[in-house]
Amino acid sequence: MGLEDQAAVKRVADEHGNGVVVLLGTPDAESTQTLAQTVVAGDPSYAGPLAGVPLGLPVFHVFEPEVRDQVPADVYEAQVALMEMSLDREAILAGLREARRAGATA
Amino acid sequence: MPRVTSDGMPVIRAVSLVLAHVPSLVRLGSKPLRVLREVHDPIDFLRPHLRAWDVAQAYAPNQVFIGNMGVDELAARPTPWHRHPIERAARFGPDGEIMPEDEFFGLLAACDGFQLLGLDRELADRARSALDAHPVIGRAAGSPTVPPGVTAAVLEERVERHRALRIVGADGRLLGAMLPGHDEDDTLTGQVLLENLACKATAALALRHLLARPGAIASADVRYVINCGEEAVGDRYQRGGGNVAKAVAEWAGCGRATGSDVKAFCSGPMHALMLAGALVRSGLHDDVVVLAGGSLAKLGMKFQGHVKHAMPIVEDVLAGFAAHVSRDDGVSPTLRLDAIGRHEVASGSAPLAVMKALYSEPLGRVGLTLLDVDRFSLELHNPEATEPAGSGNVPLNNYRTLASLAVVEKLIARESIDDFVRARGMPGFSPTQGHIASAIPYLGHARRALTEGRLTRTMFAGKGSLFLGRMTQLPDGLSLVLERNAGST
Repeated sequence: MGLEDQAAVKRVADEHGNGVVVLLGTPDAESTQTLAQTVVAGDPSYAGPLAGVPLGLPVFHVFEPEVRDQVPADVYEAQVALMEMSLDREAILAGLREARRAGATA
Repeated sequence: MPRVTSDGMPVIRAVSLVLAHVPSLVRLGSKPLRVLREVHDPIDFLRPHLRAWDVAQAYAPNQVFIGNMGVDELAARPTPWHRHPIERAARFGPDGEIMPEDEFFGLLAACDGFQLLGLDRELADRARSALDAHPVIGRAAGSPTVPPGVTAAVLEERVERHRALRIVGADGRLLGAMLPGHDEDDTLTGQVLLENLACKATAALALRHLLARPGAIASADVRYVINCGEEAVGDRYQRGGGNVAKAVAEWAGCGRATGSDVKAFCSGPMHALMLAGALVRSGLHDDVVVLAGGSLAKLGMKFQGHVKHAMPIVEDVLAGFAAHVSRDDGVSPTLRLDAIGRHEVASGSAPLAVMKALYSEPLGRVGLTLLDVDRFSLELHNPEATEPAGSGNVPLNNYRTLASLAVVEKLIARESIDDFVRARGMPGFSPTQGHIASAIPYLGHARRALTEGRLTRTMFAGKGSLFLGRMTQLPDGLSLVLERNAGST
């Protein structure tokens, strides 16, 4: 995650405290895992404002059923379905599970 | 939208695509400049990752760019491409050339009408000898020659006393210095002017290549030039005032031309080709040239990923292109102005709506589907530039999205996505030079294949990230259909 984005996430988390949820739209397993890890356990590259800052935010991917169920079907169709079909959904969700597991044990 | 009749369509008569290999300028790209600000000797830091010219020349994607190798041949080659150089690589190809750095510095100086760029004397002499004998921009072509260089002491004085931008070679030597154009103007600093000059020079090189083709239009017959590069040329009162098109036309000897700049981020070239076609079809001009130079600011944009993976910085080339749009000659590929795909304001930014507006809607308008297009040219960023930096394989992702649209439209089965991508897509082979990477690098290949009969129809789509300029949240996009001339079938 870019340094500016990390700063923005940190600012929102500081301002709003509990109740902030991170929703990812990342296109592959690696970026999903890295971004999820950044907002849960801190910046893994130790370069940005979230280095050593374990925000522990709940993180979801837009391809997860929990998210899909909360979006009107026609909106999901227009906004997400095409990308879901073209990307490797299973690998992305596996990357997310891995980041959550690492965050839980950190 | 009013219906456009299919008669009198313009054609793409010639295309040129050029690269300039500039490892020394990587350090002056926007990202390296910002990231290496605190590094004591940035060139020293970058040096292990900077390529020599013969290495850049033998890099397969660069050979595809100038037309020496086809896209299917590239797809069949072993990867990573930077570890598998081409054995018989050539500097010149059917579409253009890969210019070495020394010569390009000479070209920069020759394009600088205000003598703000000072070159080291030896470098200037070397460049002049080489460029005077250049087949396309040499003395015989009537191009301005490289002005004399200056001593190292003069260069140092310009840097220390006149705030000139220091230009250091990959070997650590001072190669030159770019003076600011005004003492108090942030839009005319040495850095900004060098970026603009690099854009002008690469566009000028592309235009001279275009005019040197066998059977090419005479320079005096070019009547209108449209530049679609992204550099903002202007001053403090009008940062993007323009007009690069006219500056390039002047340098290339197009004495009866005028022109203007068309801007739409990376979709600029598609808009420019459409407008050129419309000028030709309206009868206002018989011959219009569309061109663009490269982006110095984008050199080394993903260099951190390349350093991290201990690989060469492959974003070490500036790109340029030119295309001649003319009245129907009965041979050259036809630009179908009745099948323009438009991302309209109300199209929004939802992927499905964007894809339909750019692909299926314009094809449907003329009774075609996605399966009637042999090859699609989308953003063609080289994945070896983007993947090490975590930005993914941009062309592959876009082709898969396009194939998914074909699934949604019930043209192919979901299991056929990979086949669709393989048959109608191509690997990315363009340097990350923004507007040029956006569909344009395939234009030379398409023109040849459509003329020779290997392809019937191609589609080009450019998308622009307008939101980067902070004036709208919208993206932009425009697509064009290029097909085999009915007169040659």
